[in-house]
Amino acid sequence: MKVLSETRTRVLFEKLTKYIGVNVKLLIDRPDGTYCFREKKDRVYYISERLLQLAQTVKPDHLISAGTCFGKFTKTNKFRLHITALAYIAPYAPYKIWVKPSAEQQFLYGNHVIKSGLGRITENTPKHQGVVINTMSDIPIGFGVVARSTTECRHADPLATIAFHQADIGEYIRSEDTLV
Amino acid sequence: MDIVNEILEKEQKKAEKYKPITVEKHLELELDVGTLLAFDTNDLDTKLLKSDNQRDAYLQSLARDNTQLLLNKIWELPTERIDEAIVVKLPQPTTVLPRSKPVPKPKPLTKWQEFAKAKGITKQKKDKLKWDEQLQKWVPLYGFRKAAAEKEKDWLIEVPQNVDPMTDMYEKKASEKSEKVAKNELQRLKNIARSRKVNIPRVGLPVTSDKANATQLSTAAVVAKASTASLGKFQDKLPKEKEARGKGVHELIPGKVRKRNAPIPTPQMERENNLNLIDRILNKRPKIDMDKAVSKHIHKEQVQRSEEKKSMKPVKGKGKAKGGNVTNFSAKKPKAGKGQRNPNKKNPGRKRR
Repeated sequence: MKVLSETRTRVLFEKLTKYIGVNVKLLIDRPDGTYCFREKKDRVYYISERLLQLAQTVKPDHLISAGTCFGKFTKTNKFRLHITALAYIAPYAPYKIWVKPSAEQQFLYGNHVIKSGLGRITENTPKHQGVVINTMSDIPIGFGVVARSTTECRHADPLATIAFHQADIGEYIRSEDTLV
Repeated sequence: MDIVNEILEKEQKKAEKYKPITVEKHLELELDVGTLLAFDTNDLDTKLLKSDNQRDAYLQSLARDNTQLLLNKIWELPTERIDEAIVVKLPQPTTVLPRSKPVPKPKPLTKWQEFAKAKGITKQKKDKLKWDEQLQKWVPLYGFRKAAAEKEKDWLIEVPQNVDPMTDMYEKKASEKSEKVAKNELQRLKNIARSRKVNIPRVGLPVTSDKANATQLSTAAVVAKASTASLGKFQDKLPKEKEARGKGVHELIPGKVRKRNAPIPTPQMERENNLNLIDRILNKRPKIDMDKAVSKHIHKEQVQRSEEKKSMKPVKGKGKAKGGNVTNFSAKKPKAGKGQRNPNKKNPGRKRR
């Protein structure tokens, strides 16, 4: 488990602020112990200091992962969020999209959210904002990036893409072997 | 009797001084006389080995005994006497010694050698000297006195019919020769490059700016930038410029020493650093987000409009023309009687939807 380099930490936090804004601080500034980000084989793990110390007893070759995988760095040094981060991102996300029950499955198969499937959207969502996508019963099912702002959504035709698919919980099955 | 005793004593002293040549061993030594090698497989006396004052003596005696055994074996071989010295011819060694260095790899073949091998061409030996009819003497094929012979032979060169009569045939010959040498040198270098698996351009020279690929160009740009910066001229970054990456790029950039891995910070330090970094990122937000501003404006307009619409609702059906254009965003089918009409116009015209 490596400490992230300065540039990589910056890239990671920039990505996280796209989804949860100021709340990134809450991920680090926690009352229940210190948490930190570590990387292993380009994957970033969110891990408590206590667990990290336990993990350090394992030989690096034998350690596959420890903590929660937040995502991975691509070869061009961009950061991709993985669906495994949803548990930490969803409660803090200020901008959300709710999809209709009929469109849930479409999204869980990796498709974008289209206007006809849009149930609700947070007021004043700007363009290209990272959002958490929920079902109508408030269960988070994935991440997306808004393709149209809330105001633009009103005029969009039913087949227009509202949010680009980033990750969804269907990946737990679809890309089980590459996820962690 | 005295003499006898004396002699006996002397003998005894001598015997004490020289140890016997027979050595008793529990197990026989493994001897390889060819390499003058003896293996002692007997157990060592651990007691003597561990005692500090007796260890050296013990080891010395052991070495002496084993050497004695080896020499005994050598004495068994047939001896010769050459110039007052007794000489023994050692047999072939039986112990196989491992190489200290790996077996050398075969030299990579040149392109010609490869071709000759494939075609089954073998080199034919030529005589070093050849009889020259013109000079009436033996001329070497190459090397010493070849050039002199050539000079003697070519005291005059005829200019052929089809060539410009003013050409210097000697110059032409010299240039042909130098070209041949250059070609040979190029082929030699190509052979080296091939054997080392270096990529070389198929035609002509190494990379120039018009043939370089994107990474080479970006590397060159970064290097040039670092170089001018070291002279005090700092250039701005271009809008979409990327830092050159890849193997060996760092080494090319002057003054860019690779950073050592920073030590792992303490949890508190790390937390503080992270929080500072987040603050910096959050404060860096762009001041004016045009998209956001526009969408806000549109939103405001929409709210205003909807409020106007609400306030107009009680006077349904009457003052519709007065209120200006009210856009209906519902996706429903347009109904009759809702088109725009201008009653002030003489000609009411058709319904517009």
